[in-house]
Amino acid sequence: TTSVSLTVNGTRHALVLDSRTTLLDLLREHLDLTGTKKGCDQGQCGACTVLVDGRRVNSCLTFAVMYDGAQITTIEGLAAKGALHPLQQAFIENDAFQCGYCTPGQICSAAGLIAEGRAKTAEDIRELMSGNICRCGAYTNIVAAIQQVMGRS
Amino acid sequence: MAPYIGTSTSRVDGFAKVTGTAKYAAEFKLPGLAYGSVVTSTIAKGRIVRIDPSPALRVKGVLDVLTHENRPPMADNDQAYKDEVAPAGSPFRPLYDNRIMFNGQPIALVVAETSEIARFAASLVRVEHETDAHITDVYRGREAGTPVPAPTNPFEALFTPPKTRGRPEQALAAAAVRHAGEYYVPIEHHNPMELSAATVIYEANGKLTVYDKTQGVQNVQHYLCGVFGMKPEDVRVMSPFVGGAFGVGLRPQFEVVLAVLGARAMRRSVRVVLTRPQMYGLGYRPAMIQRIELGANTGGTLDAIMHDAITVTSQYEEYFRQETGWSGLLYKCANAKYAHRLARLDLPTSCDMRCPSAATALFALESAMDELAVALKLDPLELRLQCYSERDQNNDRPFSSKALRECYRQGAEAFGWHRRNPEPRSMRNAGDLVGFGMATGVWDAFQAPITVRIVLSANGHAEIACATSDIGTGTYTIMAQVAADTLGLPFENISIKLGDSSLPQSPVEGGSWMAASVCNGIATTADAIRDELLRLANQMPGSPLANMAPGQVALADGKLVSLSDASRSVSIADAMRHCDVDRIEQEKTTNPTDDPARAHNAHSAIFAEVNIDEQLGVIRVTRVVSAVAAGRILNTKTASSQILGSVVWGIGMALQEETLIDHRIGRIMNANIAEYHVPVNADIHDIRVIFVDEADDSNPLGIKGLGEIGIVGVAAAIANAVYHATGKRVRDLPITLDKLRL
Repeated sequence: TTSVSLTVNGTRHALVLDSRTTLLDLLREHLDLTGTKKGCDQGQCGACTVLVDGRRVNSCLTFAVMYDGAQITTIEGLAAKGALHPLQQAFIENDAFQCGYCTPGQICSAAGLIAEGRAKTAEDIRELMSGNICRCGAYTNIVAAIQQVMGRS
Repeated sequence: MAPYIGTSTSRVDGFAKVTGTAKYAAEFKLPGLAYGSVVTSTIAKGRIVRIDPSPALRVKGVLDVLTHENRPPMADNDQAYKDEVAPAGSPFRPLYDNRIMFNGQPIALVVAETSEIARFAASLVRVEHETDAHITDVYRGREAGTPVPAPTNPFEALFTPPKTRGRPEQALAAAAVRHAGEYYVPIEHHNPMELSAATVIYEANGKLTVYDKTQGVQNVQHYLCGVFGMKPEDVRVMSPFVGGAFGVGLRPQFEVVLAVLGARAMRRSVRVVLTRPQMYGLGYRPAMIQRIELGANTGGTLDAIMHDAITVTSQYEEYFRQETGWSGLLYKCANAKYAHRLARLDLPTSCDMRCPSAATALFALESAMDELAVALKLDPLELRLQCYSERDQNNDRPFSSKALRECYRQGAEAFGWHRRNPEPRSMRNAGDLVGFGMATGVWDAFQAPITVRIVLSANGHAEIACATSDIGTGTYTIMAQVAADTLGLPFENISIKLGDSSLPQSPVEGGSWMAASVCNGIATTADAIRDELLRLANQMPGSPLANMAPGQVALADGKLVSLSDASRSVSIADAMRHCDVDRIEQEKTTNPTDDPARAHNAHSAIFAEVNIDEQLGVIRVTRVVSAVAAGRILNTKTASSQILGSVVWGIGMALQEETLIDHRIGRIMNANIAEYHVPVNADIHDIRVIFVDEADDSNPLGIKGLGEIGIVGVAAAIANAVYHATGKRVRDLPITLDKLRL
């Protein structure tokens, strides 16, 4: 076991963990933040995407103990004071999901994408969102939702 | 109040999904939960000679290792394992005995205090096998294939090939123009984003609450009662949210059996989550080889159709769907012959995967029609119009509705089909070869018996309850829309309960039948609510609705209103208050109208554009137009998403998806979501969905369903566009660049 101290959605947590615990399992099993999803546990699907110090990361592919002192933002921490994050609102309006399982990862990834500032066109968004698989096939609506938010910001 | 049916209302479960509060099967947490990790077989066929759990049991935190030798009792007869949609045969029984019937079969469950311990310990279980010779290749299995069994009831008759019409052999031999081709679709896996999981809550009295990833909570409940000899009141199955399923959740899967075994052995709550590779041990779309022969006259009408299919099933069950007869619904042809054989392989039983049979059959048929158009030097769309059938020739009956001509017209116009130069390799865009292809889609419009309960409160709120599922299709939302309209209440006043086996009866959600089933079910029960309200209203002295029959009033704007004179009305609140009633509860079963005199189908026309890099062979599907005729569209937003998603599936089927087996060891080589390719965002470009108006009176609301129709024909439209772009005809999916060799 290893001790780790990190901040998740603004709340500081000090934990003693099995060293094999992934960041994803820390969130889901220890902090009961099940908004972050497990779709493959192999870094292949992006459903587990969270923001670590503002950067998007596949939380299944990394151990929790590597993030001592880090600031983690999950889907549960995106909405400020009860108001939906603009991406969350745009995902609803554009029907950018169906089953909803990849959705938290898509939204966290989109938030990271916008912060990176690299995407200028729809083609850029498609390329830079390709680490987040949506098996329901909502891609065109995901791109529309992200464009809507980028257009405002 | 404007109607909600037909609007673009956003999903009622949208807030829960975008905030991460929607809970899926593996996300129900409770004290004392133990974690199960599955050990799977590494051979395709044989027996377990010895299984040694002791290295796993020595790991601190391991609670037990269950195998066929020490598991709790399970039923010993096939009937107990038969679920609502089980095919003929002897269903798979997880951890039942020492027999191995497929690679990746579960053979042990390690239960531990944490998931990390369980997973590590599962790697320590030692297994010795005796192996038997196996066969996993459909091309080797085809020789031993046998015809699908004759139907013993009307349900089975849906899946067997239609009868021969006319004299097909003679007509084919005499035809002026003939085309023959063999088409192949590989095994494909559903790969929903949510891992299969079951959380079993073990209560002190042995009762179970089971959160399972399923498309049918009552199907799983009945199955568990059969397998474990439990009473229905002692097993409650829930799935309020399902992270995609696409058919893999129709039958109860082994994760739920293993979790219940663990819970009953430990007498504590257990969660089992399969790994992504383990999900390749569940069902799959069967590989199939189809041969189509078409005979036509030079004018471009059909004289003969021969369609043979061979599809894959396991050695222990006979799964198949009606693969060969779809041309009888689409193309006028007096002579036709259909045959379907099964290849039995050492794999799990194949199963329904998004639009079973039509998605694959129409790849073959619509590729063949394109090839015939080339042979006839006819525009492919013109050929379809010349062969258009106004009747279901398989059963010699008319359609309840068929707006396919309008799909062709609107789709072609939106796509710009007239810009197509018929010559292959004749169109270019910035150096890329450009191809235009089209195809037709068809699927059944089913409705199944269902029961819906409505509880109306005097404050004008209503709760709608039914044990159906919402697998991402939008069921929650369309149920609320239909309830709001039929009860005459604001949308916000409706709450929906589903995904719980204790609710009124529902079939599994699949086959595109749920929208028609549950929405007409709501309308039926809403009528009963109206009748009860009228009875109450007429107890009021001087009721403006006195002496009116139920059919003469409707619920609108929170009132019972006379249909002939809108000024005569009684508010719901007044009627209930007057009679001192604070809630009205009605539960009604709706059975579909028996209408065998007509065929009930949804149709579509798909137009696809591909751009192909001539040096590299990279194919991009740059544009797709899908024009769909599927009766009344309940919600234009969620309906459009259903079709968009299906088109994405069609693109995957055409260009990417293929489960690869190393036949020497009978094991899937790409059992993960990186090497089994599914479309990602960069693969998807412009997709336009058109809903063609289509009135249909098969059910009161005129619904046909949308879950399957959108994928049908997409792979063929793309394959046809690839031919048009390159002059190369690829008949085996997926069309990977090595097959183009430009």
